[in-house]
Amino acid sequence: MRGGSNARHLAIRRIMLILFACVAGLSIFFPEVLTHIARFFGIGRGTDLVLYGLIVSFLVYMATTYQRFRHMETTMTKLSRRVALDEVNRRQSPAAAARAIAAGTAPSESGSNGTATG
Amino acid sequence: MYFLGIDTRSETPHPDVWIIVPAFGEAAVIGDVIAGIRSVFASVVCVDDGSTDDTAAIARRAGAHVVRHPVNLGQGAAIQTGVEFARRQPGARLFATFDADGQHRVVDAQAMAERIKSGEAEIVLGSRFLDKRTKLSPAKRLVLRTAAVQSRLATGMDLTDAHNGLRALSPKVARGIHLTQNRMAHASELVHQIAEMKPKWVEQPVEIIYTDYSKGKGQSLLNSVNILADLLFR
Repeated sequence: MRGGSNARHLAIRRIMLILFACVAGLSIFFPEVLTHIARFFGIGRGTDLVLYGLIVSFLVYMATTYQRFRHMETTMTKLSRRVALDEVNRRQSPAAAARAIAAGTAPSESGSNGTATG
Repeated sequence: MYFLGIDTRSETPHPDVWIIVPAFGEAAVIGDVIAGIRSVFASVVCVDDGSTDDTAAIARRAGAHVVRHPVNLGQGAAIQTGVEFARRQPGARLFATFDADGQHRVVDAQAMAERIKSGEAEIVLGSRFLDKRTKLSPAKRLVLRTAAVQSRLATGMDLTDAHNGLRALSPKVARGIHLTQNRMAHASELVHQIAEMKPKWVEQPVEIIYTDYSKGKGQSLLNSVNILADLLFR
């Protein structure tokens, strides 16, 4: 399951949220409609349907949030690593560091240990 | 001539062997640890994982190259940074990970490096269970043995000790290491990645010296739950 961080997933999530809000709102004014939908799924009460929907949504939210957290952690790690290695370069020899950056062989190059797919 | 268990007969301390020492808050012992390593291996990189004490300065004074994480990330992240740094050093032909808390013996690292240099193996993994030198509490022994079994089931590599910080790596194996687990699940992730490479691997009996200092810093057994969770929900 992907991290849900791209635009399409975001749009879909927002649509689902609006749909859910509408259904929840309508169920207050037209409680029988919700019960009919619930019966269609073999569930006794309309409110039970809403509850089950909420549980599923929550679990999906947990999984998605964890994925996004892991992605953020990876990004932060790469950033910290780059800062750490750049500091070493600068300390060892500012001139050498400048040359390395100019030549394109500075530690930031992803070719050195490409985790672009990770 | 043997002095403190270290073979001082070698002339130039192997400059092509890079020892990677991840460290966090080890100001009390890091100086001795690095000095001990440098009596045999000239090239040491200490990755200071955002320590708030003097670890980095002391390590530097002891003669190690020091790479400092701006924030604390975890031992896995520190090892990855150390490997990336060492691989970039000209002439680097062998890599080893070595704990900063004084639990490892340099003579064990020396023996492991020799086995890679001789071509016997592409990776040597330390194991405290291959001989009787290391003294362990039964609970800890049980947890580590279980971890090894779980590791074998998941990766196919029949290790006796899947959570040992003392390892020697050939350049080919080092190239294939991309740790994404920052904290303690990195040991298991490492075994997974090594297993995928299908290298020539051997285990080396090593002695782990449990001092009050290092025991105070070690992982609690409860942390095994977190390690398992990190791996299952990667």
